[in-house]
Amino acid sequence: MAARAESADRTGSAPRNPSSAPARLASALRRGVADIPQFWRRSLRTRVVVSIVALSAIVVGTVGLLVMRQLSDGLAHSRVTSSVGEAISETTSAQRSLGASGGNAFDPGTQLGQLAETLVARGDARGYDVLVRGPIGPDANAASQGVRTTPGLVPTSVPQRLQKDIATHADAPFTGALWTYTRMRLDASRPVPRAAPAVAVGTTVVLPTDGETYAVYYLFPMTDELTTLHLLRRVLLTSGLLLLLLVAGVTWLVTRQVITPVRLARRVAERIAAGRLEERMHVRGEDDIGRLATSFNQMADELQRQIRQLVDLSRVQRRFVSDVSHELRTPLTTVRMAADVLHDARDSFDPVTARSAELLHTELDRFENLLTDLLEISRFDAGAAALELSGTDLVDAVRHTVTAAAPLADKRGVEVEVTSDGPVVAEVDPRRVERIVRNLVTNAIDHAGGPGARVEVHLAADEDAVAVVVRDYGVGLEPGQQAMVFNRFWRADPARARTSGGTGLGLAIALEDARLHGGWLQAWGAPGEGASFRLTLPRRAGDALKHSPLPLAPEAAGVGEAS
Amino acid sequence: MSGTGTYPSHPRVLVVDDDPALAEMLGLVLRNEGFEALVVERGDEALTAFRESRPDVVLLDVMLPGKNGIAVCQEIRAESGTPIVMLTARGDTIDVVAGLEAGADDYIVKPFKPKELLARIRARLRTSAPQPEAEEVRIGDLRIDIVGHQVIRNGRPISLTPLEFDLLVCLARRPRQVFSREVLLEQVWGYRHAADTRLVNVHVQRLRAKIEHDPENPAIVVTVRGVGYKAGPTPDADAETPGGGQS
Repeated sequence: MAARAESADRTGSAPRNPSSAPARLASALRRGVADIPQFWRRSLRTRVVVSIVALSAIVVGTVGLLVMRQLSDGLAHSRVTSSVGEAISETTSAQRSLGASGGNAFDPGTQLGQLAETLVARGDARGYDVLVRGPIGPDANAASQGVRTTPGLVPTSVPQRLQKDIATHADAPFTGALWTYTRMRLDASRPVPRAAPAVAVGTTVVLPTDGETYAVYYLFPMTDELTTLHLLRRVLLTSGLLLLLLVAGVTWLVTRQVITPVRLARRVAERIAAGRLEERMHVRGEDDIGRLATSFNQMADELQRQIRQLVDLSRVQRRFVSDVSHELRTPLTTVRMAADVLHDARDSFDPVTARSAELLHTELDRFENLLTDLLEISRFDAGAAALELSGTDLVDAVRHTVTAAAPLADKRGVEVEVTSDGPVVAEVDPRRVERIVRNLVTNAIDHAGGPGARVEVHLAADEDAVAVVVRDYGVGLEPGQQAMVFNRFWRADPARARTSGGTGLGLAIALEDARLHGGWLQAWGAPGEGASFRLTLPRRAGDALKHSPLPLAPEAAGVGEAS
Repeated sequence: MSGTGTYPSHPRVLVVDDDPALAEMLGLVLRNEGFEALVVERGDEALTAFRESRPDVVLLDVMLPGKNGIAVCQEIRAESGTPIVMLTARGDTIDVVAGLEAGADDYIVKPFKPKELLARIRARLRTSAPQPEAEEVRIGDLRIDIVGHQVIRNGRPISLTPLEFDLLVCLARRPRQVFSREVLLEQVWGYRHAADTRLVNVHVQRLRAKIEHDPENPAIVVTVRGVGYKAGPTPDADAETPGGGQS
């Protein structure tokens, strides 16, 4: 089931009209980029995987950095230790051989030259550079200072700080060593590397020939350590990346196991929502997912049962309304006919019987109207009301209704005036619209305020909607009554005597009729100013209403909406 | 057309209703008004009673034991054009339309007033009298013999009920006029106001099914959207359009 749905999704998103490949790719890319935020919101799996990979990257990165720091510190430290030890032993043996060769054998220059040569030769063999500078004693003048180095070593490789620190040890015999990190600078005569990090160790020797102190600096390059570190870094990076890939893959698999059933559940839920109540999830295993499926199916069963029950109830209700209608109407017809016969013959009765026949006749009218309205309301409640649409000129319908209501208007002494700018044609159910207008007009006549009063019916249309406004200038409505007028059996003043033959259901039915059309029925009223009822219907059935072509209330009075 | 019709002196009315009280009451009222009333209480007995009594009009309840009113209506209509008025307890569209499509000429919703029922029965009994001034009218490729109460296409008669005949004649007499449903109700059914315009729709459809070559694309009885109906163009017969007494 799921696989079918997925393949359907895929075919659905395939490009519809094949165009040139690059253009298609470009547009696909553009669409892809535009889809990213949506994709992010939609795909739980992507979110989980990306978050876990991001967190793992932070952890792996931190651990990697720490390891690198530890390793480089350890390497550098061991290099320094060995370098300092070597420098001290070299200097000590050099000092010793100087002492052995005697005090006056050579002039200081030659002796220094020999010393430097020996040191450079040893340095070449053991992989370090040497720089001899001196004399460095406090009374030695700077101009007489000479520098001898391993060929190609730039003297500035030895930092000034180290030179100064060594100089403080110039007057006293110093057997130790001072060290610092530096960068070895080599000139063009040496092979690469031109500049390498190195450990600079400074020691002093005293030349027996002149008794002056000379500084001897050893520069131990850290090239090997650097290579090791680079290698380690590469290893760490590679393994980190592999680890992240592994984490992503594992997460993907794990979320897949969890999310696939969730997606399945979603699809089934969507199908159930679309009315396919018999859809169920496939239950597999007894884990949480299996239990989710079981519970889901139980929920669907229950839903299906309840919906069936409601459908049955609705059918029973409709059936009941229909039966009641039939069962009540047949005897009522007989009673009605009998009453009419009696009513027609009332002149030959004694006064009491004659009046009784009249009362029977008029009250039967009321009873009949009430029954008709009750059945109509039941039909709405049962959802059994259906529209029968046809293109109708509402002006005709309204005039028709007003003509039919003329006897009532004459009896009340109310004048009903119909105005419109032209034909008001809409796709409506003419019988229902006439019933709405009839209810509004008789309601207005009843509340218009007695003889000499006026009721105005105004019609208008625009491109999307048509409207009928029925306005009276009677007692009007109290604030808050605007929505209540549509309630069943509602009366403005319960204490007031009922003046009309209305059933109390007229406006409620009118509101249902308007809703069935997707229209509005709204009321406005103010105490002493009268009331206004506006019916707004879409011109084409099924269209949504956005506005009404006519105002409900005069000027900027408050408007109560009831639809 | 209304008002000028002839009228049987003691019209026979067949009442088919299963409610004994209502049937008796109907009988009382009808006899009181000079009708001859015949009561049948079962649907499956209705057709036999109809054949034996040859009534002038049938009052038919929808819910009947034995056979429902719609089926009875179809059976009667299959062998006779006698006017049928359905008595329905429901104003539901489906019931009304089903009854009319089965061939009923009119319907009346219970509870009705005796006067309303009598008015409808009388309207159905008022068969259109022969019009002395116009003996033959043409509409589309049809020839209507008003005196002989016949509709003829290519020399062959087409069977119409009296009501369908009246409807067709009404449209054919004024080929250029568009008739609204209300006007047709008044002229053909004889109602001044407050009748159901669905009567017209259903009967126009029934009429079309009998006379049109293609009822889906009617050419003889044409719908004028939002207004009503009119006669379709009459080929090569303009000269024969009668004018007397119609202006």
